[in-house]
Amino acid sequence: MSNLLDVKGLNVAFPTIDGEVRASVDLNFELNRGETLAIVGESGSGKSVSSLAIMGLHNRARTVISGEVILHGSKGSMELISASDETVRRLRGKEMAMIFQDPMSSLHPYYSIGAQIAEAWMIHNEGSKKDGMKRAIEMLDLVEIPSAAKRAHEFPHQFSGGMRQRAMIAMALVNNPSLLIADEPTTALDVTVQAQVLQLLQDMQKEFNMGVILITHDLGVVAEFADRVNVMYAGKIVETAGVEDLYYRSMHPYTIGLLRSIPRVDQIDNHRLDAIKGAPPSLINLPMACSFAPRCEYASMVPESRCTQSQPELEAKESNHFARCFLPAERIAELRS
Amino acid sequence: MLKYVSRRIAISLVILVLISATVFLIFNYLPFDPARLSCGKHCTPEIIAGNRHRLGLDVNWWIQWWRFLQGIFLGRNYGEGAALIHCGAPAFGYSFTQHACVTTLLGQALPVTVSLAIGAFIMWLLLGVTLGVISARFRNTWIDRLSTVFVLIGTSLPTFISGLLLLLFVVLKFNLISPLDLGTWHSPLTDPWGWFSSYFWPWLSLALIYAATYTRFTRSNVIETSSEDFIRTARAKGVSERKVLWKHTLRPALAPILTIAGLDFAGLLGGAIITEQIFQLPGLGRLTLQAVLQDYDLPVIVATTTLAAAFVVIANLLVDLAYALLDPRIRIS
Repeated sequence: MSNLLDVKGLNVAFPTIDGEVRASVDLNFELNRGETLAIVGESGSGKSVSSLAIMGLHNRARTVISGEVILHGSKGSMELISASDETVRRLRGKEMAMIFQDPMSSLHPYYSIGAQIAEAWMIHNEGSKKDGMKRAIEMLDLVEIPSAAKRAHEFPHQFSGGMRQRAMIAMALVNNPSLLIADEPTTALDVTVQAQVLQLLQDMQKEFNMGVILITHDLGVVAEFADRVNVMYAGKIVETAGVEDLYYRSMHPYTIGLLRSIPRVDQIDNHRLDAIKGAPPSLINLPMACSFAPRCEYASMVPESRCTQSQPELEAKESNHFARCFLPAERIAELRS
Repeated sequence: MLKYVSRRIAISLVILVLISATVFLIFNYLPFDPARLSCGKHCTPEIIAGNRHRLGLDVNWWIQWWRFLQGIFLGRNYGEGAALIHCGAPAFGYSFTQHACVTTLLGQALPVTVSLAIGAFIMWLLLGVTLGVISARFRNTWIDRLSTVFVLIGTSLPTFISGLLLLLFVVLKFNLISPLDLGTWHSPLTDPWGWFSSYFWPWLSLALIYAATYTRFTRSNVIETSSEDFIRTARAKGVSERKVLWKHTLRPALAPILTIAGLDFAGLLGGAIITEQIFQLPGLGRLTLQAVLQDYDLPVIVATTTLAAAFVVIANLLVDLAYALLDPRIRIS
């Protein structure tokens, strides 16, 4: 597997009257071709914001951004943060594509599905509208839209939710990108359709050998689909590991809390869900401390109240498994069980 | 689609018939009597009764209305004996004060009003939409603020002020057009420049006030649409900023503007009373005003009122059809 994306020290912040909202702080990760990286976290943890920044889709006038995003695309490597708007625009839809949460509002209501896919193709290829439409029908066929040639001329409101997301996937993949960012692609869909769309994404990933960043808060989806997981909290990665390590040997109290809060069918007694108490902190003027400390049930076990005095670094707890916690790995393992 | 169109046309026809009936009903209860007014100083009840009969006012309002509707399709005779006058279909009545078939009067006034309305309409749409898009594109910069100033001036200057100011400077101070040329009809077919130059200032005076509103409206619609998810999708595909604005944003942003534009245009077609009065344009507005102020010329008032209402109904119909063409979500369902 070859390296596709390097994110180094990515900071995304929004200056406001009340202070700077630091939506993503010192983000570091890499992604290989054919690999799926899941980014998990609750709303406002910075998962969407950082992905939009990678795509260059953030609001430039209102965002302060720093760090490095290096895309090793088909035409060599390129640093995206310092690149010109025009350069990044040419990469969008060609080298890197994105699909979004709500396919209804993400598709243009005034243009036919086929025309929208054809447009995505025509931006990056020489060819007529007719060629574009032909390509669109091919793609709709590929994502298993029945009678694609006919349905290409229909409008988004004539498609069902699952088919709309398939069409979005077809549009994203029309130029054979090497990076696909899927921002909660199944959140707006029926549960029965979710599995189909995920399966399709997985098939497409194999077919095109893409690196996929899957943004979600659905840990079930992550377990099925991801190779590696970044858990984000208050703009920072708090734990990163291979998917099995993360699920079976969680090294951060937040991850442990997340996994405990999944409802389980085998707990048939009237057991109350273990929710993580409290609410995520405001991202304005975060204190120099562990952001999770106020909600952490283990914070008191760390001596000298370090959790509220200083910030833990992302440190190796096991091989290829990092967590941002002062507790030693053995102690966490004890507490987890 | 065909079913939708035919249903809309049918509804519009019903509304038109109801409007004309309402107009007759209203004028039937007005506190003046055309038969008495047309009688002069030395009046006897017999003369009034005779006038009433000649004017066709001696029957119930719904019979008058029915004759009016008949006249539109079949033409109609007015008066009797030696003074019998025939107005061919479509006859909207006979003006005894102006001694002319109302259709003839409308035929003279309509080109003037249509010229005024079309020119002003194009002018304010171009001005309003362009300025609106520009200030949305450069929102919160000095360009946007400049356009806000224009909007403030435009909306707070009623046509009777802006028209008079234009008249004062254009005609009297700088002599850009001759005062004698005001109100002269130049056919756009034979004398396009004469037509253009005689209507330019009335257009401007009308367009200013409308353009201001349209600027504001376009600006807010464009800004609202540009935060839609499908705009983000367009950017994610790599669509250039220019195309994001002119293709993806503008079409949905302008669709609601089309609705108001159609209705405003129809309203103007009914006659721009103030502007026509200021610039001495013999259009529908002035025709109506004269009919009301000078001689209570009932047939003319009925005809212009009904016509103005008809324009609004027709514009509504056209707007709905155009909207269906523009927005596929309406087209199908």
